[in-house]
Amino acid sequence: MLLDLVARLGRTTLGLIRAAGSLTLFALSGLSHLIRPPFYGRVFLSSFLETGFFSLPVVALTALFSGGVIALQSYTGFAQYHVQNAIAGIVVLAVTRELGPVLAGLMVAGRVGAAMAAQIGTMRVTDQIDALSTLSTNPMKYLVTPRLLAGLVALPLLVMVADVLGVAGGFTVSVVKLGFSPHAYITATLNSVKAIDVTVGLVKAALFGFLIALMGCYYGYNSKGGAEGVGTATTSAVVAASILLLAFDYLLTDLFFSQ
Amino acid sequence: MTSPTPKIRIRDLHKSFGSKKVLDGINLDVMPGTSFVIIGGSGSGKSVLLRCILGLITPDSGSIEIDGENILAASSRRQETLRGEIGMLFQNAALFDSLPVWENVTFGLLALKRLNRTDARSHAGSILAQVGLDPSVGDLYPSELSGGMQKRVGLARAIAARPDILFFDEPTTGLDPIMGAVIDGLIVDCVKKLGSTAIAITHDMASAQRIGDEAAMLYKGQLIWQGPGSSLMDSGNPMVDQFTHGRREGPITMELRR
Repeated sequence: MLLDLVARLGRTTLGLIRAAGSLTLFALSGLSHLIRPPFYGRVFLSSFLETGFFSLPVVALTALFSGGVIALQSYTGFAQYHVQNAIAGIVVLAVTRELGPVLAGLMVAGRVGAAMAAQIGTMRVTDQIDALSTLSTNPMKYLVTPRLLAGLVALPLLVMVADVLGVAGGFTVSVVKLGFSPHAYITATLNSVKAIDVTVGLVKAALFGFLIALMGCYYGYNSKGGAEGVGTATTSAVVAASILLLAFDYLLTDLFFSQ
Repeated sequence: MTSPTPKIRIRDLHKSFGSKKVLDGINLDVMPGTSFVIIGGSGSGKSVLLRCILGLITPDSGSIEIDGENILAASSRRQETLRGEIGMLFQNAALFDSLPVWENVTFGLLALKRLNRTDARSHAGSILAQVGLDPSVGDLYPSELSGGMQKRVGLARAIAARPDILFFDEPTTGLDPIMGAVIDGLIVDCVKKLGSTAIAITHDMASAQRIGDEAAMLYKGQLIWQGPGSSLMDSGNPMVDQFTHGRREGPITMELRR
């Protein structure tokens, strides 16, 4: 009974170590092609547009409403202590440090990470990846590397937009609904935000973009078993990307902001 | 007088997946310019053998030589180069569904930088014509094509770089008998025109007889018979005869769960 439990624990641990090793090797292989020609600019551009440009509406709306919600919630709490003036600072710090990168990351994980896993997974189960190999094309270089780069570059740009729109959401609610002075709100916002807040948010975004693309590519590339396998790969990619994203968010926050 | 070097020489090739032996000591010589057909039931190891030669699966042991060079011992860069000399028609054509037909056909040429995109577009039209398709098909996407047209585009993609070696994985599967005969005819024409060495794997006997100069049968990971394609239906080997004539009774027993 006890031995069974230990054996099961050992198997699970070994499985986790094997999976972590396989993922690390996959990521290193994908990254190594960044500096080795040929480069597939068209695939990168297409992935960049898919990750960045076409995610813009969903990220923009999420950021806009989240900024508004923070303003509203902060007002409800802060009014009891007569510190409503802190709302502008709370909104800008929450959006640039956390909500911008995390919400944009989660939205992109659901939209783009899933699409990457489904697309590459379908290519795997229909022999298209093998066909690439027979046509003098390295599948890692053609399918994975441009997507990793696109995630790395596109998410910080998306988060810049999310930061601006999140603050705009807070501003709109504060001025229109809560009766703040526009000038005072903007001044308080500018006084509260520091370069490090925005920079760390963008660093987080770059890491999240890379992780989302990595999970989408990894699970898609290793999918098997037809339509069901592709479905499983897609789900796994989104779940793994979301969990990793939140875990790394904590680690980076601890690294940069803990006293 | 020394005998000519086989285009493809396989010696004592083994491959297992877990405890399941899929290839069990394959020895095979395919001479230059020969059209070689490998027949065998589902799960007999045909596709795995082809994928081992292509380098898509690494065998457990044995050697695979192309023009006398052991590709399993070659560097990965050299393997990529050798793979560039092989054209492959996949069972389901495996066309890239995100690319138009013309880009599918010239994908290998563009990858090898033998053509720029403008030239590739017009070159695709002439290759499509070789497989009996109108050049205007080049602007369509694979999802807009019928199964037979997809096979033709797959064949066009396989021959576009004028490879020395051509592989065909179940070329007629999923096609009606007439379209199957058309595809076989195109394969024979293309192989003759290019002077390539071809290996086709199939369990379609009509197709095997149309394509093959030489034939062999794979059963449980072993080559149990090899001979001229013309003697396929009358080989004298009870296993081959049972298979080619589709007899229920004979030495080959299906592992059915009752």
